[in-house]
Order: sequence, then structure tokens, then C-alpha cells
Amino acid sequence: MPSAGPVTGSRSFLAKLRDGDEIARLVTFVFAATVVLITVLLVYELWINSTLPRHKFGLHFFVTQVWDPVMDEFGALPFVYGTLVTSAVALIIAVPLGIGASIFLAELAPPRISDTLQFFIDLLAAVPSVIYGLLGVFIVVPLIRTVIYPAINKPFGFLPMFKGPSYGVGFLTAGIVLAIMVIPYIISVSREVLLSVPRDQREAALALGSTRWESTWKVVVPFARTGIMGSIFLALARALGETMAVTMVIGNTPKIAASLFAPGYSIAAVIANEFTEATGELYTQSLIALGLVLFLLTFVLNGLARLLIVVTTQKGSGVSA
Amino acid sequence: MKRIALLLAVVLLCCTLVFGAQAGLLINGAGATFPYPIYSKWFDVYHQKNSSINFNYQSVGSGAGIKQVTEGTVDFGASDGPMNEEQMKAFQDKRGTQILHFPTVLGAAVPTYNVPGVTGSLNFTPEALAGIFLGKITKWNDPAIAGANNGVNLPANDIVVVHRSDGSGTTYMWTDYLSKVSDEWKSKVNKATSVNWPVGLGGKGNEGVTGLIKQTPNAIGYVELIYALQNNVPYGMVKNAAGNFVKADVSSVSAAAASAVKDMPADFRVSITNAPGKAAYPISSFTWLLIPAKIPDSAKRDAIKGFLKWMLTDGQSYCEQLSYAKLPKEVVEKEEKAINNIQ
Repeated sequence: MPSAGPVTGSRSFLAKLRDGDEIARLVTFVFAATVVLITVLLVYELWINSTLPRHKFGLHFFVTQVWDPVMDEFGALPFVYGTLVTSAVALIIAVPLGIGASIFLAELAPPRISDTLQFFIDLLAAVPSVIYGLLGVFIVVPLIRTVIYPAINKPFGFLPMFKGPSYGVGFLTAGIVLAIMVIPYIISVSREVLLSVPRDQREAALALGSTRWESTWKVVVPFARTGIMGSIFLALARALGETMAVTMVIGNTPKIAASLFAPGYSIAAVIANEFTEATGELYTQSLIALGLVLFLLTFVLNGLARLLIVVTTQKGSGVSA
Repeated sequence: MKRIALLLAVVLLCCTLVFGAQAGLLINGAGATFPYPIYSKWFDVYHQKNSSINFNYQSVGSGAGIKQVTEGTVDFGASDGPMNEEQMKAFQDKRGTQILHFPTVLGAAVPTYNVPGVTGSLNFTPEALAGIFLGKITKWNDPAIAGANNGVNLPANDIVVVHRSDGSGTTYMWTDYLSKVSDEWKSKVNKATSVNWPVGLGGKGNEGVTGLIKQTPNAIGYVELIYALQNNVPYGMVKNAAGNFVKADVSSVSAAAASAVKDMPADFRVSITNAPGKAAYPISSFTWLLIPAKIPDSAKRDAIKGFLKWMLTDGQSYCEQLSYAKLPKEVVEKEEKAINNIQ
């Protein structure tokens, strides 16, 4: 853009404004500040709208297992448990599958196949969660009850985590549906990260006599580790907060059970289910308090994740560049 | 730039014209989802007859409806359960006037099940239903169920109970009924739009419950009658207070309201579950409009009163085509008198 006068060291604010730099700085700053502001507002709203249960139950809210709207007794434990268990199951399934697939797509597959598959994966990531819920209800639930449950319960039924009857819905079903939902995220992000690993890293490894797989597994993947971790945490965040698909297949029973086949409940699901018809202040506020708990849970897990990245990067093999 | 500005101006002008033409009296309401189809039909037909009056109804749920009418953010509320004393008092304190309940139509909850080998309709006694939902009756061939179903070959399978996971007027009806027929239910669980269920799985909405029951052999649950009728969900008969097994339909539900009318309090806050009539279906309930007793804006007041009168007479004829049970004429007469309490 043509400037009015010669550029001097100390231009006036107005001149800078005319150049656009200052405007861009201001505008982008406002955008960035909005994000922080929204987060702060969110926590503030959740906090002031959950004073009743905080005063009545205090920290007991976190350890109480009863959820009784009639007697006005509320506890978050079964929901926290359900949220954590389903997310854990989802990650246990999705992480190896997702990372394996992304390695194939980024390193081993011919570009044409890789791009085509990537197209489908992006499509999967955009499918609304209620569709995954339907998939769960009509395919995963009968599959669990008629195939997976008998196959696992017979040999491993003595383990507490596989004990008891199966209704098709439950922690495991919700975990599997969540895994299907988060795999596209892991693949998409991990593939991008793997593709962005510099070429000379691979070439150096190959030049030292390593095989294709050795260069992938020992050089490329460790190099991309931080980014792959990032994809896993994105997946975790989605799994923790998923509502619709979970409520359709988890069984909506606020009970803590060791068995993965047992029905359970998650925080997001109970809020979505009960908020509209919640009568009475304490009831509504307890649901809002659950929202705060979910927020805290996400916050703490994200913090732990960051910590994990920092720790592993420091003792890593000089990848921090 | 100029062209965009011009375009904007045209769009703005169009908007004003369109919405300006709709000007007139706008009456806002919010609440129950169960009667939403008939309410929107009524409001639409009434607007066609009285083009200056517009109703805007948000089906946000009974709890939210009660909250919003108490806050005064809407002109009227709607609820599947009557407001309790605490809520009535809160309204009185906040608004300085009473809230009036006007029954509009009736709903019912029906037991639906999926028992392998059973194709016909099953009969349920109140004891059987309470026992099943308390988790005390656990097998389908339990004498409490089999005794009412002679000739039906019930399997010795474990019963899977399914209930609503979302707060709902249907759950209120169901638990209100169980509280009346079982003391143990009343003391252990009681009635509400969502309760602490002793056993069972939760399904979201009528469709969630139906889906779970279809998917799970040996399951039993309850759904709203209209949903069952419109989706051809098979359901069982329930033994009423007079000792007859009654199949729920629009006439047996209206009969329940008619048989309860002589004990009906002046404010219409009444539960008609387990009604005494011979033909009454026992798990029925009114759904109510919640209207403040004092409406300062006279135009709004007249419009609401006019609508209520129309709803009780001509409006009721729209019930059948949408599968809602009509108000019996005894209730209509009482309500027509009560309209005068709105001032």
C-alpha cells in the first residue's frame, strides 16, 4: 500500500492506524480476548448459579452416590465415574487404531489412496453425534448383547469388569460408540503432524541403514509425538463432553458398577436429560453444579495432559527442536 | 460499497414490512412438550379466526414453563403436573396474585413390553406394576403377573425395566399412579417428573424407551398413549380401581376424568390416576394451562379469556384427530365458570 510519507522510526499512532498494522493488532487482540472472556464468564455463571448445592452438600457432592430429585439429594459421583470410564474405554480403543491408521496414511500408503481415505475420514468427523447414537442403538447394542457379551463373559466372567448380565447398553457400548466418534479426530490430526515431519529426518534414518518401518517407528513417530498427543487430547475432550450419542447407549442409570456391561450415566447426558423438567431450585442448581464439575474435569485432565507433554519432551531424544 | 448499502436498506425495509404487517397482540407462553402438537394446532386455528391475536408457544418443558410464568417472562405457562404448594406460594410472593390451572386435554401412560413368545396383550394389576418397578418381581412368570394372564405362556426370564431418563410428565403420571397403589413405592420413590428409580435402564424420550424395549428381550416400560397409538406400539391393559382390566384409549382416558369430577377441587389441581369409574383407565392425567389470576393488560386478558372459551368448546373437536383425549363435559362446565376468575 502506498504510504503518505517517508517511514520514520517513531510514527504517530494515527499513521500506524492508517497503515493497518495497528488496526490488525487491535482487532485480533479483541478476538483473542473474547475467548478468555467467554471462558471466565462461563465459569462465573456456573459458579454463581450453583451456590445452593455448594452450601448444602459441600464437598460431599463429589462423593455422594444418590441422585434423588424427589428427596432433594444430589451427588455427582456416579456421573463422574461414568464419564471417566466411558472416555477411558474410548481412548483405549481409539488411540492404537487411530495412530496406526494415521501412520499408514502418512507413511506407507500411496498418496492417492491416502488422500481418498482422508476425504472419508474428514467426512466421518463431520457426522452429527445423534447419527452415531443411532448407529450405536441399532448396531452396537445388539452386537454387544448377542456376540460380544457371550464371547467375553464366558471365559472372563470371573473378572469384576466383565461380570453380571448385559442389556446391550452400558459403559462398554458407550465407550465403543465414543471410540468410533473420536477416531477420525485422532487420524486427521496425527496424519497432518506425521506429514509435516521434515523429509531429511526420514532420509537420515534411511541413510544410516534403517528399514522403512524402523525410520517410521523410531524417528518419525517420536518426532511427531507432541502433535500426536495433541490429537489424543482433542479426542479425550470430545469424549468427555459428548452428550447425545452417549445418552442413547449408556443406559442412563446413575449407579457405579465395576462391570463394563452394566448400565451407567455420564455428566453431559444427565444435564441434557433432566435440565428442562427440573423443578425446584436445588435440583436445577445441582445440574448446573454438575456442569461445573465437568468443566473442572476437562480442565484438570487437560492440565495433566500438558504436563505429560512437557515431561516426555524433556527426557525425549532431542526432539524438542 | 454503495450497492451493498442499498441492498441492506432494501432488506431492512422488507423485514419491517413483513413483521410490521404481523403487528397485533402477541401472547407468549411456554411449558409442557406433551400437549405441544394440539396447542400449536389450536393457536394456529385461533389466529386464523382472530387475525389480530398471535400466540407464541415454546415447548420448553413443564418445569421451565412454571419457572417462566413465575418470573413473568411469559403471559401463560403450561404444565403436565399441577404446581405444588411451594411453587404456588413462590408465584404469589413474586407476582402478588394467584396462578390459575386450566385443564386442556388428557394424557395417559401405558405399559409396553417385549416378551419372547407373547404376542397378545398382557394384563397388569397395580400390584404387579409396582412390584416390577420396585424390582421385587423379577421374573415374567411370577404369580403376580401370571395370575392376571390365564392361558398366556409367560417365560421364566428376568424382567428388564425401562423408564424415561429425561424429566417428563409421563413419568409424573406413572409414578403418581404407583404412589397411589403402593405404599412402599410412595415411601421409597414417590412421584415427580424424574425420580430415583430402584431398578432399570433409562431411555431418552418415548422413542428412546420404545427403542430400548424393542432391542431388549424381556423388557417392560411405559410410554405416553399418543406416542403408542401413532407408532403402533403394542401395550397392555391395566386393572383400574373398580377391578376391571381397561385398555387405554381416548374414551377410557376421558372416562377417568369424568369419574373424578365430583371430587375435583375448584382450582383443578387434581390427580386423576386410579380414578374410580368402571371404564376409567387408571394411569391418566390432565395437562394444564397456567394463567395468572390478574392480567393488568386488558387486551391480553380478553384475548386469553376468549381463547380459553374457544378451547373448551370448538377447540376440543381437534383432539380426536391428534389422538388426545377430550375433556369430559362436566369438567368443561366447571372451567367455563372458572374463566371469570381471571381479572
